[in-house]
Amino acid sequence: MIHSLFLINNAGDIFLEKHWKSVISRSVCDYFFEAQEKAMEPDNVPPVIRTPHHYLINIYRDKIFFVSVIQTEVPPLFVIEFLHRVAEMFQDYFGDCSEVAIKDNVVIVYELLEEMLDNGFPLATESNILKELIKPPTILRSMVNSITGSSNVGETLPTGQLSTVPWRRAGVKYTNNEAYFDVVEEIDAILDKSGTTVFAEIQGVIDACVKLSGMPDLTLSFMNPRLLDDVSFHPCVRFKRWESERVLSFIPPDGNFRLMSYHVNAQNLVAIPVYVRQNISFFESGSSGRLDITLGPKQTMGKTVECVVVTVHMPKVVLNANLTATQGNYTYDPVTKILVWDIGKLNQQKLPNLKGSLSLQSGAPKPEENPSLNIDLKIQQLAISGLKVNRLDMYGEKYKPFKGVKYVTKAGNHGHFVVTNWKLHNILASPFYV
Amino acid sequence: MLESSKESLKLEAMKRVVGLIAKGKNASELFPAVVKNVANKNLELKKLVYVYLVRYAEEQQDLALLSISTFQRALKDPNQLIRASALRVLSSIRVPIIVPIMMLAIKEAASDLSPYVRKTAAHAIQKLYSLDADQKDHLIEVIEKLLKDKSTLVAGSVVMAFEEVCPDRIDLIHRNYRKLCNLLMDVEEWGQVVIISMLTRYARTQFISPNEMLRDTNSEKAFYESDEEKRKSAEETKPYAMDPDHRLLLRSTKPLLQSRNTAVVMSVAQLYWHLAPKHEVNIITKSLVRLLRSHREVQYIVLQNIATMSIQRKGMFEPFMKSFYVRSTDATHIKTLKLEILTNLANEANISTVLREFQTYVKSQDKAFAAATIQAIGRCATNISEITDTCLNGLVLLLSNRDETVVAESVVVIRKLLQTQPSEHSDIIKHMAKLFDNITVPMARASILWLIGEYCEHVPKIAPDVLRKMAKTFHNEEDIVKLQTVSLAAKLYLTNSKQTKLLTQYILNLGKYDQNYDIRDRTRFIRQLIVPSERGGALSKYARRILLAPKPAPVLQSAFKDRDRFQLGTLSHTLNSKATGYLELSDWPPMAPDQSVRNVEVAEAVSRSTLAFDSDEGPKNGHSCEAGSRSGSGSGSSEESSSEASESDSESSSDSDSGTEQKKQSEAKPAQKVRRSSGDGLVSVCDRVCVCVCQQLSSPVFVPVHTYELLHRMTGKGLAAQYHFSRQPCIYDDRMISVQLTFSNNGDHTLENIHISEKTSAGQNIHCFSPIECLEPEKSVTVSMGVDFNDSTQAASFQLCTKAEGFNVSIQPAVGELLLPVTMSEQDFSKEQGKLQGMNESSATIAMTPESITSQPLHRKVVNMANVGVVPSGQNNVHRYQITKLVSSGALVLVCVVQKDSGAQLTVNTEKTIIGSMLLRELQTVLSAP
Repeated sequence: MIHSLFLINNAGDIFLEKHWKSVISRSVCDYFFEAQEKAMEPDNVPPVIRTPHHYLINIYRDKIFFVSVIQTEVPPLFVIEFLHRVAEMFQDYFGDCSEVAIKDNVVIVYELLEEMLDNGFPLATESNILKELIKPPTILRSMVNSITGSSNVGETLPTGQLSTVPWRRAGVKYTNNEAYFDVVEEIDAILDKSGTTVFAEIQGVIDACVKLSGMPDLTLSFMNPRLLDDVSFHPCVRFKRWESERVLSFIPPDGNFRLMSYHVNAQNLVAIPVYVRQNISFFESGSSGRLDITLGPKQTMGKTVECVVVTVHMPKVVLNANLTATQGNYTYDPVTKILVWDIGKLNQQKLPNLKGSLSLQSGAPKPEENPSLNIDLKIQQLAISGLKVNRLDMYGEKYKPFKGVKYVTKAGNHGHFVVTNWKLHNILASPFYV
Repeated sequence: MLESSKESLKLEAMKRVVGLIAKGKNASELFPAVVKNVANKNLELKKLVYVYLVRYAEEQQDLALLSISTFQRALKDPNQLIRASALRVLSSIRVPIIVPIMMLAIKEAASDLSPYVRKTAAHAIQKLYSLDADQKDHLIEVIEKLLKDKSTLVAGSVVMAFEEVCPDRIDLIHRNYRKLCNLLMDVEEWGQVVIISMLTRYARTQFISPNEMLRDTNSEKAFYESDEEKRKSAEETKPYAMDPDHRLLLRSTKPLLQSRNTAVVMSVAQLYWHLAPKHEVNIITKSLVRLLRSHREVQYIVLQNIATMSIQRKGMFEPFMKSFYVRSTDATHIKTLKLEILTNLANEANISTVLREFQTYVKSQDKAFAAATIQAIGRCATNISEITDTCLNGLVLLLSNRDETVVAESVVVIRKLLQTQPSEHSDIIKHMAKLFDNITVPMARASILWLIGEYCEHVPKIAPDVLRKMAKTFHNEEDIVKLQTVSLAAKLYLTNSKQTKLLTQYILNLGKYDQNYDIRDRTRFIRQLIVPSERGGALSKYARRILLAPKPAPVLQSAFKDRDRFQLGTLSHTLNSKATGYLELSDWPPMAPDQSVRNVEVAEAVSRSTLAFDSDEGPKNGHSCEAGSRSGSGSGSSEESSSEASESDSESSSDSDSGTEQKKQSEAKPAQKVRRSSGDGLVSVCDRVCVCVCQQLSSPVFVPVHTYELLHRMTGKGLAAQYHFSRQPCIYDDRMISVQLTFSNNGDHTLENIHISEKTSAGQNIHCFSPIECLEPEKSVTVSMGVDFNDSTQAASFQLCTKAEGFNVSIQPAVGELLLPVTMSEQDFSKEQGKLQGMNESSATIAMTPESITSQPLHRKVVNMANVGVVPSGQNNVHRYQITKLVSSGALVLVCVVQKDSGAQLTVNTEKTIIGSMLLRELQTVLSAP
């Protein structure tokens, strides 16, 4: 299984190494650097690299390469998934998964990695268990520790490790019992120049933040579960009940977790919330071009479209852009050739417009491809698929399920709010021809 | 600081040391100072010392030994976490001297009360094995022991150890197979991956292929399940019944497709791909497509696997084609993979959409990708002949593209396409010849030259002109272009020597003095071949045939064509070469190996500790009945097993509920009550069959233990044979009835090679048992065979042979054994009964003694006589049984018994009137008997 792990930053420094079996020299990373050089961009590095004696499986996340060394056959997804879990764990512990955070907490990182893998096989990857074993760093705790001399390593085996609900720790206690569920939906669409939808789909996740005492057993039901086409669950969700009743029944982990992710039935037409009128053209002579983009709201169901950002990857020959925006402001980076127009809120009355000229490299042939527009946006208080949470019930102690009603009144505060995030990728504006 | 008396200082020091290790700096000189702290009370300090120790013990073996005693002490600690971590560190210290200590510790930990410690022991097995492979035999013992463990925590780790240490010892899995399948849902994610991939290999060796029968009739296109079932029942002469254990595996893994862990989803997908019947594989599609929304690296692996799948099964992914459209933000390797998949998925119906997508890609700024797209267009064009012309025209348009690579790639692809149908496209060749001056990429130039040479007869005017131009620039060309120029010259010389003789000679002269020896060689060869000289002209006669022979068109095929030799989802598949430690997936066995090896004996389960009780129960009782009756130990064992089964009834029935969604709940629930002796395994066989006959097959209500004599020991000269009807669905064929034969050797010498030599009776299909090699005196052996009685009570006769002699024997079926029970609700029963009125109905009234009228004895009599299922009845005095017949017709047989004051009214409804009347007669005799 996983033999060693190297963390490498963008500059190519190996800033952390951990071996679970015998030590492998860090020179093995040379093969990785070679591949990295060939790939030019960090995104293009192949995830699996073969070297004469080892296999390197790597992921790139938060500007860090996680390079694991494998010696024998193993499903590559197994390793990739694990590496992502490691990154998520760092995020969970230190707030962000950056080189600085890892370097600052190197001892905790080491202890974590030690607990997560034994002989290269995952041992404990649930954050609830790990947090009992190794307490996350806080300023308060480090002060207490230095005074009392206690450690931040748990002394007993986490209860979850042995129970049937390994994801939840025992003895959770809160004064304010809360459970929040965020329904976040993303729409992914490709439009052609005329604005016709080539491809559109909606994916969503339900992220939960549950802070409930004891061992609550929650049931979440939807108004319209038929919308959900393909789902995947956190291990806590009882699959059988979903199959038969289409409700989510689960004992939640403590804290933040992703309850489910889903895909909305493709048959349902996806409502695109904005429309774009755009015209980017380059002139054959005079080495210049013209750009004119207008955005407007469409099918927003009465909600305001916010945080609208338009990104255009310009062809290499575009030297500079001289534009005027009626709303928001734009930047053009002549090195990366990326034009970013940050609009903000979309106004129904006055449509935002970006207009002006582009200057091209003189003498160069005119670019044959019209650049594509990427649009990011956000709509609060709306799930575009129309998915609605019906109700959330809580049952308390699991061995007396009907007495749980009491806990609901006591626990009280488990209102849920719905946030919708919108991302509209890839409005491909290039003309099609046949 | 490490020597300090203050703990906080020590801790601080240790943290710095660990920091050094993390940066990869050498901290080994601190070893003595660090080791001293191994017995420290502070847990964090201790842990850091462990980290240090594991890192450097290998380098400082002698000093490391100092710490061993601490671990040995810790192994006895009451705290399970400390025991486990002591074992972890002890086994991680790679010092060969302590191998015996490790072995001892592992053995002890394997029987620890805490599953967490046992899990650690399973991990330690692998560590010890990598340190000292000689311990293999001892370790296998431990693995065997841990495999029996019921804890979900241990299962994953021990299977991992199994895979590492002894992947070939499949025999260890047999008895744990059903347990593993049932536990799978609750095992932690990582364990699931390992167990699933192990079970995939296992299943490949133990079950027969579910697609064997369909292979010749099945086309690549997917069709709806119902269609397939229809086809199957129509076409298949020999239907296939899936092993219940095989079904169990498929069913218990299916919910895992919804896992959040991508590795789990992938491993289930590969399991279905490798093991499931073709029409069931489709369920993985959606989940795989879902994985495409995950991280970039995950996409890469999943796309690779989809690419391999899409070559064999286009239909699977076609509805999701849009998910494979390339985004401008994709990484290059993902773009290429998507392109590959789109090409694989293209067919006559969707080609126009695919081509339009491709045309957008061609304009991509990523030129390598654009070039790959052109190749993909080429592949589509060869695969789908209708669009070859469109593609060619499109590619020709691309020739005027400004980008070098695009043009070059187009030329190469056009060349390949033209080879398939050159005669119609002389205008394209002309066009390319015109472009020749502007193209600088050598490969493209060479391609054009080759084209002109090959088809110079279609372009007689242009060809010499091109050659003339080439003669001018010959010395500036790349080698590959020079070679093609020489070929062109030679071909022209042969076809059009009048115009080109001088030119050819000029080029040959140029080539003769070229710097590259390949070109010099070629020139010399061509000269000898085409220019007739005084001596050695033997070959030149054939020059024309050699040079202008029609060449086969190149086959443009997917780079993923040969990847299916690797198990999907593996590292080897990703790399397309065998990785170290890759375990081959074997082919299906032609015959199913004995399935009884997976049975867990009832007696053993009881005698084992009570801990063993609960989880063995579910899967086992499916076969306990069979096992009991087979061993011939009389009615006692079957009673016992059924009583045991009823204890776990609620548990097992809830399991089977969830797994088989296609079941209608209303039908399934009453069935569960009846199905006293059924387990998960059997139900699953029925699930498969039931689709064909519309009703649920259920397992027998009761299996009589009555045996019939096949061969008496006197006539058989020592060989005695008995047979009985096991009332199990036959594993060989749906229409067969399984018959259990028990041979015993009552003579005084060994009998060899007992087999069936010839079937003497006509019209009956017999599936023989595999020959018994030898049978010792006083021993007996049980085999099972299948007989298709064709719905008649005619005896099946055949010759039973030993090495020395042959005996003619026959099996006489009772009418009650020709049936197979199905489950049905009361309404359905009445409905079916209504359909079978008139001459299909036969009825009789039986006089019975009052005490036998009570339902219990009546019921027993009926089920003893015939293999029937029971329909729960609302009325107290009505008993309804229904049966479906085994043989080709599959017709329903309905039996209804209504109690009356002095007797009972018996009604039998069936299409097959003869069977109906026979059954009625038999039932009458049985019921009227006291």
